[in-house]
Amino acid sequence: MTMIPFLIGIPVLFALIFPFMRESRSRGIMVYTGAGIVMLTTVIFIVQWLAGGAETLMLYPSTELVDHLMAAGDIILMCLIVYLSIKYRRILPILLSVGQTVLMLYTEFSTEVAEGPHMSVDWLTILMCIIIAFIGGFICIYTVGYMKGYHAHHTDVQDRQPFFFSMLFLFLAAMFGLVFSQNLIWMYFFWEITSVISFLMIGYTRTDEAVNNSFCALWMNLLGGLGFAAGITWMAFMEGTVQLLDVISAGAEVPLICLALAGLTKSAQLPFSTWLVGAMVAPTPSSALLHSATMVKAGVYLLIRLSPAFYGNMTGIIVSSIGGLTFIMASMMAIAQNDGKKVLAFSTISNLGLIVGCAGIGVEETVWAAVFLMIFHSVSKSMLFQSVGATENCLGSRDIEDMHGLIIRIPKLAYIMGIGIAGMYLAPFGMLISKWVALKAFVDSGNFVLVLFIAYGSATTMFYWTKWLAKLLCYHIPRDTVKDVTHRDEYVSMSFHAAVMLLLCLFLPFVAIKVVNPIVRELFGNSTDVLSMSVLATMAIMLVSIFIVPVVMFFISRRSHRELVPIYMNGINEGDNRYFTNSFGDKEHLYLSNWYLRFEFGRRHLRIPAIILAAAVLVLGFCLVIGGAL
Amino acid sequence: MSKVSKSPWLLHYDASSCNGCDIEVLDCLTPKYDIERFGIINTGDPFQADILLITGGVNSQTESVVKQIYSQMPEPKVVVAVGICACTGGVFKECYNIKGGIDTVIPVDVYVPGCAARPESIIDGVVQALKVLDEKQTALEAKKAAEKSGHPGTAGGDGHGISE
Amino acid sequence: MEKVLFVLAYLIFAPLLGGLLDGVERIISARMQRRKGPHLLQPFYDIGKLFSKEMIAVNNVQLLLNLSYLVILVIAGCMLFAGADLLMVLFILSTADMFLIMAASSDSSPYANMGASREMLQMMAYEPLTLLVAVGFYLTTGSFHVSDIIRADVSAVIWMPGLLVGFMFTAAIKFRKSPFDLSTSHHAHQEMVKGITTEMSGTTLAIMNIAEYYEMILLFGIFCLFFINSTWWSWIVAVLACALIFFMETLWDNVSARVKWKTLLYSCWVVTLVAGGVNILILMLDK
Repeated sequence: MTMIPFLIGIPVLFALIFPFMRESRSRGIMVYTGAGIVMLTTVIFIVQWLAGGAETLMLYPSTELVDHLMAAGDIILMCLIVYLSIKYRRILPILLSVGQTVLMLYTEFSTEVAEGPHMSVDWLTILMCIIIAFIGGFICIYTVGYMKGYHAHHTDVQDRQPFFFSMLFLFLAAMFGLVFSQNLIWMYFFWEITSVISFLMIGYTRTDEAVNNSFCALWMNLLGGLGFAAGITWMAFMEGTVQLLDVISAGAEVPLICLALAGLTKSAQLPFSTWLVGAMVAPTPSSALLHSATMVKAGVYLLIRLSPAFYGNMTGIIVSSIGGLTFIMASMMAIAQNDGKKVLAFSTISNLGLIVGCAGIGVEETVWAAVFLMIFHSVSKSMLFQSVGATENCLGSRDIEDMHGLIIRIPKLAYIMGIGIAGMYLAPFGMLISKWVALKAFVDSGNFVLVLFIAYGSATTMFYWTKWLAKLLCYHIPRDTVKDVTHRDEYVSMSFHAAVMLLLCLFLPFVAIKVVNPIVRELFGNSTDVLSMSVLATMAIMLVSIFIVPVVMFFISRRSHRELVPIYMNGINEGDNRYFTNSFGDKEHLYLSNWYLRFEFGRRHLRIPAIILAAAVLVLGFCLVIGGAL
Repeated sequence: MSKVSKSPWLLHYDASSCNGCDIEVLDCLTPKYDIERFGIINTGDPFQADILLITGGVNSQTESVVKQIYSQMPEPKVVVAVGICACTGGVFKECYNIKGGIDTVIPVDVYVPGCAARPESIIDGVVQALKVLDEKQTALEAKKAAEKSGHPGTAGGDGHGISE
Repeated sequence: MEKVLFVLAYLIFAPLLGGLLDGVERIISARMQRRKGPHLLQPFYDIGKLFSKEMIAVNNVQLLLNLSYLVILVIAGCMLFAGADLLMVLFILSTADMFLIMAASSDSSPYANMGASREMLQMMAYEPLTLLVAVGFYLTTGSFHVSDIIRADVSAVIWMPGLLVGFMFTAAIKFRKSPFDLSTSHHAHQEMVKGITTEMSGTTLAIMNIAEYYEMILLFGIFCLFFINSTWWSWIVAVLACALIFFMETLWDNVSARVKWKTLLYSCWVVTLVAGGVNILILMLDK
């Protein structure tokens, strides 16, 4: 597999070029070229792999030079973190970073581990590659247009676009490295790079809020990194190997829970979910790429990889309970948010919680659901982030309240956003199917608490999406005309995502059989058809019901003649539905607000108890596992 | 097509009444008079109402409201003026702010006098209104049929032309 | 063949039976209030009248969305009566409801919007229990499929009485009965005019009513699942039980006043947890 170095190397190369490209037009062309090449390389790579029989490959058994380079890389990352922490006077990141780097270097140079492959390629890797290359690539294209609008809109923010693009491409390279790694030390290296890039991107605007939030993200991710390092150390000293596969086959719980900690922090599960909400201060492309589509998926990727080892032990119970708790708590907190990006952040946390819950159970069905959720969530969430970003550039606000009647004001964005929202929870879109499979799997595995979590959680999920969708679809004559300032680049990316979403829905059985089943088979050795044929027939009915029915009804209802009258406002409507006469006899603007139930589901009520509960579960789990091992 | 008079839904509006007639209107809904046995429902929504029941004379504040509510009711519809104020303006007729009876603003079909109008007479008025409602429905249907036959008529003419 | 018959019967008779039940309910309610009440066929007169009225609308999409609501609801009902997956039926049912909410909020009218918000809240209140009911059937009979559930040896209600009670409690929301008729009410006058149906008139409202009849029969279908087993007389028991449930919902409607949304949400969630959750827990431990 000669393509792997290219997959990682090409984005790095582009990342190195961007700091020298100050002129925006040529930089735009460069981004298009870069994204195009990355996608093309991925396609070639996948075709090669498929032509080679689509077998699991184990690569690079001896790589001493690269190992040393990575050790050097670890030290450089540590120095960077220490420098920035000193600059902004933070102590915690320094302790965590120095601690884990020392631990890693000590492990590397003091233990003798068995030689083994450093990289591997299998179906799960391929799936992640597709997500990274295509969703990541199109988000880069989106960024070209978005950042122009962003800086036109935020004049107070220093224009650091070369740095931003550089980080985006470097991130793609790191993600490729991460998903290919089989050796834990390699994976750790890429893991740390993604943490640092996320930290740098959250701090893009350099405002106080951004800096605070970026350090919050940093220390939480570093804590996960410390867990990762501890897991590696345990494996190296106790088992004499640092292969990911050996962690599963050895089944020792201590490294398992340490790695699970890393996965939980990366995928922003409770009690660490604060960082993802804070990360929303970053420009939208980084939220779309890092904080919903790919980087947080690295956490669940690791957990899915480990999931066969979670079956029926303490760590599995801890992971799945935390996932389930996060699912319901985050979806409740999302109800009380009116900031579009915050809702997306909470919903990301919540959906990741469901995936983590599935992975924690560790049986075929749940992992099947987890992989499915991952695919659909990546596409629809990145689409939603992009459309919210574009809407923000047009309206000057990303408040859901301001999106009232978006379908009249900026129809194209409203349609894209609508497809994204429908994809998140409506039948027949994939999220709902996976939720259905997850529910069945939870029942089968006899996990009562998770069944309750999913029952309540899907109700709360429905509430916050429906009210957003309803807000978009209000046929309300706009107060002021809005100019759609969305660039072509942004529409290219968003239409791509929308098309993929619909195609995924149409070819759901195909995706299930050709992509998801092989992944499950690789992880567990065998796979049963989770989605039976009768369900697929039902899917067809649902597809008809949601797409075709409204279209047919459109034509039927168009034939009927209608007299349009003003809406009912107690007879004090002033003409065009926008104004009514108030008690002083003056014209007053009609303003309709959604329900946010702040006093019931507000963050200030739920956040602290949720964090305490999750932390207690985690600490208890660590105590039990480590106590059991000693 | 079923008769509108079999399920007349009321909308009750107080234009400037002293509430005397309003209480009598609500009285009709109590178990004692039970107008639901005629299929009558007191709805609060002009979009779903067939009969507009107005009490009190129209003043300058309620004039636009009465007009708007009336415009929001789908055809066929009837208006019943309940109480002497709604019929003519009553004792307030000469007041500076009163325009007069409801018929100064919108067409009224049935007048129910009284101060306050008795529930029996209100029910009587509504039952009379039902007859008007049926007449209006027939007229509306005849108009619709005429419109419809108007179209095929011209089309038939064309066909005739071609056959010739 | 049997399935086709069931579906056809549902398609044709559900609105008739639903209308009839509505008429019966209005008479029972009237008698409870010492009134005579309307004619038994009053609901059909109402619908006939609504169709004959002039078409007025506040925008051009409401009729389209309302029709979609009806059709998708009917699809859900057909799937139930064809013996398909119960969970799928429930999911499609909530998708149908989504169209109703969209229809109401597309008007951008204050009352309809409030009604739509409350409808969403009601969905959030009853959704957990409906999911748990499906899970309960799965645990009891080993299948989500209606066709398998009705072929069980013993009636599911033996194993899931808690879920039945919970479902009766939350079904009041779906039937739009007091104390849970927040979004719109069958009773005259409420504080929100007509809530979710405020801007619907004539044909649009008639479609909404027909959809409600279909939904009512669908819900009674789910109630029947609790009682039907492989014996023939269980069908009679199921019909009798449905009649009893129908009467009790009517009684409850007449003796209770509308509650605030918080009471609605919390009481439904607590009942779900206590009646449904405990039932599921016992099933999980025992099966």
